[in-house]
Amino acid sequence: MIWNEYYECMDREKMREVQGKRLCDTVDRVYHNVPFYRKKMQTMGLEPGDIKGIDDITKLPFTTKQDLRDNYPFGLFAVPKSEVVRVHASSGTTGKPTVVGYSRKDIYTFSEVVARSLNSSGATRNDIVQIAYGYGLFTGGLGLHYGAEKIGATVIPISGGNTQKQLQLMQDFGSTVIACTPSYALYLSEAMEEAGISPETLSLKAGIFGAEPWTEEMRQNIEQSLNIKAYDIYGLSEIIGPGVANECDYQCGLHIWEDHFVPETIDTDTLQPSKKGCIGELVFTTITKEALPLLRYRTRDLTRLDDTKCECGRTAVRMEKCTGRSDDMLIIRGVNVFPSQVESVLLEIGETKPHYLLIVDREGALDTLEIWVEVDDYYFSDEIGKLEGLSNRIKHAVESVLGISIKIKLVEPKTIQRSEGKAQRIIDKRKA
Amino acid sequence: MIITQLSVFLENRSGRLTEVTDIFSENQINISALSIAETADYGVLRMIVDKPEIAVRVLKKNDLSVHTTEVVAVITPDIPGALNKVIKYLSEEEINIAYMYGYSHENKASIIMKVNNPQKAVEILQNKKIELISASDFYEI
Repeated sequence: MIWNEYYECMDREKMREVQGKRLCDTVDRVYHNVPFYRKKMQTMGLEPGDIKGIDDITKLPFTTKQDLRDNYPFGLFAVPKSEVVRVHASSGTTGKPTVVGYSRKDIYTFSEVVARSLNSSGATRNDIVQIAYGYGLFTGGLGLHYGAEKIGATVIPISGGNTQKQLQLMQDFGSTVIACTPSYALYLSEAMEEAGISPETLSLKAGIFGAEPWTEEMRQNIEQSLNIKAYDIYGLSEIIGPGVANECDYQCGLHIWEDHFVPETIDTDTLQPSKKGCIGELVFTTITKEALPLLRYRTRDLTRLDDTKCECGRTAVRMEKCTGRSDDMLIIRGVNVFPSQVESVLLEIGETKPHYLLIVDREGALDTLEIWVEVDDYYFSDEIGKLEGLSNRIKHAVESVLGISIKIKLVEPKTIQRSEGKAQRIIDKRKA
Repeated sequence: MIITQLSVFLENRSGRLTEVTDIFSENQINISALSIAETADYGVLRMIVDKPEIAVRVLKKNDLSVHTTEVVAVITPDIPGALNKVIKYLSEEEINIAYMYGYSHENKASIIMKVNNPQKAVEILQNKKIELISASDFYEI
């Protein structure tokens, strides 16, 4: 199924024209409405008139997550607040979240790209879509919700967690499509096995999984254990949320809905476009968004692009499944985690040494995060109660910043390896 | 009458305790009393030694987290009710005991206690004629 054949299968030259026109319009708007971009362009000696077509995109300045933080909360918005109908936010480094805003038209665009993603995953108006992404500040739940309603599917807005209820509704309502993180999909399959529910007795046929990177092995595992076809959905709240790109039946890369989001890949050292077909950091420019248009936003996700026509009939450029990051961000249970967030909490509490190690693992289907913290002589107490109190204080402070539950392990001084260069802060056993 | 106790943070894995006893044996430090409080991940080794200052120095030199605490040590007859009496004297004066450890040998029991106010505890117990162990009984002077 193709939701919007006109754009999804557009001739590539024609697409470049559409993109060029929309890019010029976006640059003009941000130059006049967002002081941050005006200043940046002026420093570079750029005027909106210098951008004449899509090829000029490389002249534009980059935008980073730090820029969003520096302009917290609404500094990069390009419309008056009266035009903003919704905000979403993701957890931030120093307790300040990254805030994104949507105009009415942006919500329409969001629904449109999710509708394309759902159709591309085989979901139609005849389906019952169980949305097990979190509803709330996270873009996952509401994003999928609006797209699923747009295609006319029956939506079960169950949100995340509550596994027993997920299984019950899946059985009683006959859900045909499930949308959640891939790790939660695995968890559901385990819970089903425990409850003695055979996937063959369910109506599930497809899963739309995203918000965290997952491997081909995990796909096979999910497809077998749930007896469904598992599709990868890509997105990030800064660009719009889930539905920036999605796999089709052929599962040979994720089609980027590039009449809205123009992708580039860049070499992270030179910041120049990477060679055609080579891996680079994925960069997006939004060309239709009103409330929060972003120029060349650096996603830090590493991938490569393929603009050859897909067997499904779409011409929309495909990105390879993301496998790595160009920064130290971890995705744990769908939540973005930066080691620096843990560091700032430890420094704030100040009762341990600032050396720490994040150990990420997977128990069954769920990601776990254990943080090793070195005990400081000065605060070390001979009373277990006080030590437990310290580790609980750290646990609660870190959990409130990260938004996921963690385990704190107090370790002896000098346990954590020191290094003169970049400190080893992460051991990710999930990759093993 | 106040005694310095050493507490060492040890991770709960094999070989950790021998590291401490190795250091002590190399440095000719004698342990008079010892107890371990443990959790799933780590333990706190509490000790009374004959050369506390040297002990702290050598432990720190070996990157161990060490902390000193003031404790009180009493001697009671090894009979039913003896400990009960000591604790009652303290609780009557609202002294809290955080933890204690001890042993009995040849009709006498020695008990080491961490209390919230060691100075006051010493006074109370001395007034009640409870036998206390002085630091010099442990330390090499």
